Amino acid sequence: MVKGLGFRALPRCARDLSMTDNDDFEEQPPEKLPLDSWHRGHGARMVPFAGYEMPIQYEGIKAEHDWTRNHASLFDVSHMGQLAVSGENAAHELEKLLPASIANLPEGQMRYSLLLTEAGGIIDDLIVTNTGAHLALVVNGACKWDDIAHLREHLDDDVTLTHFDDFALLALQGPEAAAVLEGIVPGVGELSFMRAGLFKWNGHHLWVSRAGYTGEDGFEISIHQGHAAALADALVADDRVKLAGLGARDSLRLEAGLPLYGHDLTLDTDPVSAGLSFALAKSRRATGGYFGHAPSMARLEDGGVAQKRVGLALEGRLPAREGAKVYSGDALVGTVTSGGFSPTLGHPVAMAFVETEHAESGTELHLEVRDKRLPARVVPLPFVPHRYHRKGAL
Amino acid sequence: MPRYFTEEHEWIDVEGDSATIGITDYAQEQLGDIVFVETPQAGTELAKGAEAAVVESVKAASDVYSPISGTVTEGNSALDDDPELVNSSPEEEGWFFRLTVSDASELESLMNEAAYKAFCDGL
Repeated sequence: MVKGLGFRALPRCARDLSMTDNDDFEEQPPEKLPLDSWHRGHGARMVPFAGYEMPIQYEGIKAEHDWTRNHASLFDVSHMGQLAVSGENAAHELEKLLPASIANLPEGQMRYSLLLTEAGGIIDDLIVTNTGAHLALVVNGACKWDDIAHLREHLDDDVTLTHFDDFALLALQGPEAAAVLEGIVPGVGELSFMRAGLFKWNGHHLWVSRAGYTGEDGFEISIHQGHAAALADALVADDRVKLAGLGARDSLRLEAGLPLYGHDLTLDTDPVSAGLSFALAKSRRATGGYFGHAPSMARLEDGGVAQKRVGLALEGRLPAREGAKVYSGDALVGTVTSGGFSPTLGHPVAMAFVETEHAESGTELHLEVRDKRLPARVVPLPFVPHRYHRKGAL
Repeated sequence: MPRYFTEEHEWIDVEGDSATIGITDYAQEQLGDIVFVETPQAGTELAKGAEAAVVESVKAASDVYSPISGTVTEGNSALDDDPELVNSSPEEEGWFFRLTVSDASELESLMNEAAYKAFCDGL
């Protein structure tokens, strides 16, 4: 019997977990993406993920992964929550919930940030953009309903929260993405990494962000769902573009050392342990005024965190998956939170939280997979260098 | 040489009291890119339904259970260095293990090729 033909467990928002204790709670059937039939027509294998039926792969995960690293791939990430906060006090109000500096965020600039609990645990990670008209938030699909509830609860009533649930989000990722998109949306090539702007294509508005979650240069394009299939058609008409699914997105983000909410980040993790101290804006460390400020500052002190997120390189071919235990000698020192085979490197890699004293690069550890102890070495993240189009870079 | 199939997408070639076992083309297609296969050691006694092998694809680990009872005579060592054989040649070079059949009557409940094809068409 071959078991486990499905994709591994869905990432879910930590706050959802309490729902499983409720006998009255029934799992809703997954929703369909705006491009559902388009994906099926292009040979997608669809799986339930984050409350949607999502394309996990078309041609095959490894082929899609390699194509993204060498050319350009189109991903549908419309399951993600596209939100906006507007009103006179929007920036000030968001600063109560995010450890980022929002008030001074220039128009067209994007910033990675985190929703934190009062204890400094991570509710979700997100991107905030000053669009000029409002502050846009792109949040994880599995977390979006909880995020909306959190924002509604804590933002002042003068602030308007909008959910753009009629917009699709398409990601074009890879070293040829800029040349492809510039060909049909002139001007996008002038955006640098983490910059965004409003463009027009065939008379339709596009909000284009130079960002993504693959480690490659690329864009995320927000477009009204009614025009998304036409844009997808225009993109895949270019020979440099192929479709890629969730499977490749996961292996690409793992190689890029990017944490995935519900796996590497949870309510029980915090920005400092997770290696996301950069998200705790320096300008706000002294003044605070946001959820999780005091515990985050304490964790920034030397010895302030008991464990850290690290990269682990394995030998051989046997991957260590999420949940694998990490040992130093006979001592249990951590747990793998994401792991798999790296198509680019040709060996397995993993991210794990390990006790701080074992988190130094070069530390030799072992991972337990079934009855085996696999040697693994702590290595710097990312596993595969990022190739973002940074401002000032050629 | 008769070839049998299971509803769990394994194939079994039987020659005398020796059986060769692998996973079908349908199964490898579902699993995707295979990066590692762990096959059983010679001498391992497998009961019908016992855990026999593990196949790791890019996306997940899957257990392969023995479709019939027997004693393993050989695991396919070619899969150690070249697990992609399961994708490229699932029903020939990508076989998993061989065993000595201990109860030939267990074969009677398995499907032939036509029945397996009809089974897959119905999935």
